Amino acid sequence: MYNLLIGGAAGQGIETTAAILERLLKRSGYFVFTVRDFMSRVRGGHNFSLLRFGTEPIHSHSNRLDGIIAMDDETILQHISQLKPDGFILCDSKLTTTDARAMKLDMDGMAKKLGNPRVAGSIAIGVILKLFGESQDGAEDVFRAFVKQPLIEINLKALQEGYQFVETRFEHRKGSYKDWMLISGSHAVALGAAAAGLRFYSAYPMSPSTAIMETIASFADDAGIVVEQAEDEIAAINMAIGASYAGARAMTGTSGGGFSLKVEALGLSGMAEIPLVVIDVQRPGPVTGLPTRTEQSDLKFVISASQGEFPRLVIALRNAEDAFYQTMRAFHLAEKYQIPVILLSDQYIGDATATVEPFDPVRVQVMPSGNAYTSEEEYLRYRYTEDGVSPRLIPGKSEHLVCIDSDEHDERGHITESAEVRTKMADKRMKKLEDLEQELLEPEFIGADDFDTLILGWGSTWGPITEAVGLLNQNGKKRYAALVFGDIYPLPQKLLREKAAVAKRLINVEQNATGQLAGLVREATGITCDGSILKYDGRQITAEEILERMQREEEK
Amino acid sequence: MSTDTFSTYETAWCPGCGNFAILDCLKKALEQLGKKPSEVLLAAGIGQAAKTPQYLSANAFCGLHGRSLPAAVAAKIANESLTVIVNTGDGDSYGEGGNHFLHNIRRNVDITHFVHDNQIYGLTKGQASPTSIEGLVTGVQTDGNINEPLNPMLVAIACGAGFVARGFTGRKEQLISLMKQAIEYKGYALVDILQPCISFNKTNTFGWYNERVYELEESYNPQDKIAAMTRAMEFDEKIPLGVLYREEKCTYHQKNTVLKTGTPLLDQTTDPAVMNRLIASYI
Repeated sequence: MYNLLIGGAAGQGIETTAAILERLLKRSGYFVFTVRDFMSRVRGGHNFSLLRFGTEPIHSHSNRLDGIIAMDDETILQHISQLKPDGFILCDSKLTTTDARAMKLDMDGMAKKLGNPRVAGSIAIGVILKLFGESQDGAEDVFRAFVKQPLIEINLKALQEGYQFVETRFEHRKGSYKDWMLISGSHAVALGAAAAGLRFYSAYPMSPSTAIMETIASFADDAGIVVEQAEDEIAAINMAIGASYAGARAMTGTSGGGFSLKVEALGLSGMAEIPLVVIDVQRPGPVTGLPTRTEQSDLKFVISASQGEFPRLVIALRNAEDAFYQTMRAFHLAEKYQIPVILLSDQYIGDATATVEPFDPVRVQVMPSGNAYTSEEEYLRYRYTEDGVSPRLIPGKSEHLVCIDSDEHDERGHITESAEVRTKMADKRMKKLEDLEQELLEPEFIGADDFDTLILGWGSTWGPITEAVGLLNQNGKKRYAALVFGDIYPLPQKLLREKAAVAKRLINVEQNATGQLAGLVREATGITCDGSILKYDGRQITAEEILERMQREEEK
Repeated sequence: MSTDTFSTYETAWCPGCGNFAILDCLKKALEQLGKKPSEVLLAAGIGQAAKTPQYLSANAFCGLHGRSLPAAVAAKIANESLTVIVNTGDGDSYGEGGNHFLHNIRRNVDITHFVHDNQIYGLTKGQASPTSIEGLVTGVQTDGNINEPLNPMLVAIACGAGFVARGFTGRKEQLISLMKQAIEYKGYALVDILQPCISFNKTNTFGWYNERVYELEESYNPQDKIAAMTRAMEFDEKIPLGVLYREEKCTYHQKNTVLKTGTPLLDQTTDPAVMNRLIASYI
């Protein structure tokens, strides 16, 4: 397994260079996992991508580097301490480093000679391909996806220049992931929504959620989807609810700040029983926080957001595969129970690209929007039923009238202040949870059954925790296991109770300061964690960090 | 022509409220246009005016305060065969929902917006609204309202609305005609309807309006934007009633690539080949 860092200032093409390189490596068969660390600015500063690849599955990043591709001095300065003794630095000859591991190359000069100073990144790609014994086959195809047509040739020439410059240094290993996808969590959400039959997506741009809107917009015309950039997040969610009421499968997305604005309308979806999927791509708060970085601190917020009580489902996305299939499932369950379903992602999983088996767009069955109504009885939008779910008709699709109200309402959907109706309606809404709870997905169990310590995690820490369990158990004594929640509210309890009962020690690993999952677990089950590994500096925890902090926890 | 296509229900409005006239005119306008209840969607926010959908037999979306426009335009985007009409108040439309008012003019989705403008907050029992006149004394504005009133007609024309009209509950025949023109107009149509609040606005009474209103003369050219803005600025001494401004414009549906195919959005599907191509583009 190799780990490369590509760093430089915003505007130096770090992202494109990483995107092309990761695709080329994946196409040669490697399993690739890349995370993006960037500042909230368009030019300057320090940005980097961490590109990890190998022949076995990789689900998280590591800070120990085999190579640094530096576009500026700052990159070397900040990351040289992470470079392995036998690692390399690839940089332009104008950089000031005197480190013996540096391979200096006049990339800027070569790029200028080729006729475009911006192709320096492609020279670097050529160097890397050669270092790792890769061929240049298929490069043209990949460049076509990332570079404008007139610039393809010059980029290929640049690649060739870099390729000639070095000798192969690392052994080429043959992986079997050539035909798998390389996709970020946010792109996978966009594809999952399309596969579920999304018709309307409304949002207001907000990092790190905007990639979802942009991805859907990129294929909306072909897929028959309307993407509307709303004037604010309040409009975005009210539009999604209006579209869903009228029969178009709808979704809205944002980050925590935008979710705060959407809160009242979340309750409208619950009260009026209009299916809705909302995604919160979390970033560190409070308020503006760290706009381009990662955190898991919105859990307790979204499970209780909006006044009053109504049923909702919260699903945390654990990886890119989850992002696709759970998005599809979110639409199905929103429709089935006529509730809001909240997807919790974060910057880490949203922006990281992972290698996944090609998605099967029909694996998850999604109910059509609205029901058929053949009964002889008068149609009542909020008819009392055994399971609390009333037949949902689409207005204008039949002679029946579909009336919804944010006020407490009677079965017809008309405003009421009757104490009796109020209680019956509240019961009807909450009744839907009974069936929903029966089909919750239990957390993923990682490790073997003879464990002492049980790690509890949720969402995007799935990757680091998975890897950490492997590292922790390396000595052969299988002392560690983990439960990582996807469905998180209502909290699935069966496996948790079972595993917690035999664990000697429970440790929650979360990207927040207060241990929100541990709090939720305690509230729902009375189970208390014995220790916590919490991180809230805006950077995702690594397996190595979990390992190290676990050892410290045990010394306590 | 049948006058019973739409049924009305018992209301919770104060006796003498201007909303009764609006409800009656709306019912007549819809019936005269030959609309069926199932093809009409009445949307509203919160407020006394926003109860209108509760009292007429049509599809109803009674959503959040200030948020009727986003929900209504999206319903129209989802299903263009619905006749979408927003009935809501001056506070809901111009105050809480002010941002949506501005931007939905720009969107120009083919919906109709009837603002029941009584220059006061009725449901919350008498505080200043965005259109309250300066000096109006209320339980909150105890020294008189010190804010200048918003001029919704002028704002709408300035933002590029293609149909801007003003009606009055004391001129019902004209109001029905304005409602019909607004519903038939292709694009966002605004009718600001002057309506006395008999319980809380003791200044802008039926008599106050009646003394000031006049119908735009037949020679008035509603396509003259400057003339429309000049008339829109009249309010204190005399108030023009009628279509102040009218311009034929491309609608959201005519401009959006997916919607201009003519297939209502809710009936569209994603071709599995498109889905497979998308997935393959990540390999």
